[in-house]
Amino acid sequence: MIIKVLGPGCANCQNLEKAVRGALAGLGRVGMEATVEKVTDYAAIAGYGVMSTPALVIDDTVVLAGRVPTVAQVRELLMAPTPTRKA
Amino acid sequence: MLLLAGVVWVLAYAVNGRVWDAVLTGALGLDGEDRVTESVRFFLYDTVKIALLLAGIIFLVTFGRSYLSVERTRALLGGRREGVGNVLAAGLGVVTPFCSCSAVPAFIGFVSAGVPIGVTLSFLIASPLVNEVAIGLLVSMFGVRIALLYVAAGLVVAVVAGWTLGRLGVQRWVEPFVFETRLHGEVIDQSLGLTAQQRVQIAAEEVRTILRKIWPYLLVGIALGALIHGWAPQDLFTRYAGAGNPFAVLVAVGIGVPLYSNAAGIMPLVQALHEKGLPMGTLLAFLMSVVALSLPELILLRRVLKPPLLGAFVAVTAAGIVAVGYLFNAVLS
Repeated sequence: MIIKVLGPGCANCQNLEKAVRGALAGLGRVGMEATVEKVTDYAAIAGYGVMSTPALVIDDTVVLAGRVPTVAQVRELLMAPTPTRKA
Repeated sequence: MLLLAGVVWVLAYAVNGRVWDAVLTGALGLDGEDRVTESVRFFLYDTVKIALLLAGIIFLVTFGRSYLSVERTRALLGGRREGVGNVLAAGLGVVTPFCSCSAVPAFIGFVSAGVPIGVTLSFLIASPLVNEVAIGLLVSMFGVRIALLYVAAGLVVAVVAGWTLGRLGVQRWVEPFVFETRLHGEVIDQSLGLTAQQRVQIAAEEVRTILRKIWPYLLVGIALGALIHGWAPQDLFTRYAGAGNPFAVLVAVGIGVPLYSNAAGIMPLVQALHEKGLPMGTLLAFLMSVVALSLPELILLRRVLKPPLLGAFVAVTAAGIVAVGYLFNAVLS
């Protein structure tokens, strides 16, 4: 699973990354493997169709944009069998 | 829970003034006519009042806005002609949930979806310029009429500035990568699929986030307001920046553009200066120049706008604000 955190490095982007890492740490016990990448290039961010940062991309699908979710919400998104585009 | 918060809010707002009077003159035995006491009272009263107003305004606005999104706004603006498009963009700029920290991806997203650059700029100007917190605070401090004038003036500035910039043929001053960006991802509309309870949660969270972020600005603004309220001689500001000085609006905007604060931080200052006799047009121009143009946002926009367009963006917006200031000084006095 490839997780991308989209954002130019703002405070909220760091909070999102923190939430993702927190969720992954919690899921580590059930053996989920994932890499987290940061996407800070504006053209790349906009390319995903994202207009409000931060945004979360799981396996090339945008699952969340414009706000920082809680750790529990990220966990739900990660657990979803095929990433659902709502949350 | 929500009902309880509402009742507490109304009670706190109602007793705010009386509590501080009782504490300062009653319990502490201070002289109510004394300057220091008066300034301290102004500070305490305004801090609680503005914090309460902010929490209320942000909560309601965020809840209402959770039904809208930048994505939907872009869909509404796609394919619009200039003119009508500018008016629509300015209006949507006021109500769409948008943080100027997302100005760059939004700019790229709008332009690559076929929204004309001038129309996109109208959106980007109106969004911070007509600020919902400023509207709420203006209503509570100066009444509905002044608040409406502020909204109308902000919309006109955004429409005219965006339209003018569009007319200048600014295509060549936009960084080329903007036009080369291809959208490949699926667009996510964050206004959909939320329950009312989730929206309430988002709104409450927003209140916490914003108050945590802006309290230093708020306290500095209120402290300055309290100082002016208690210590500045009555004629200090009117002598230099009163109705008699034709350059007052120009100077106010000149100070306001580089000043970085937010609507809540600047409002106590505006209120104190108004008490000291500064004309409303000058003060509204000052307020608008502080919230509309900020260095951090300009640094972000530099990523997509080349220096000539960035300069024109600042110049045209500032000129519009100055014009509004003079117009209101002429009309309101």
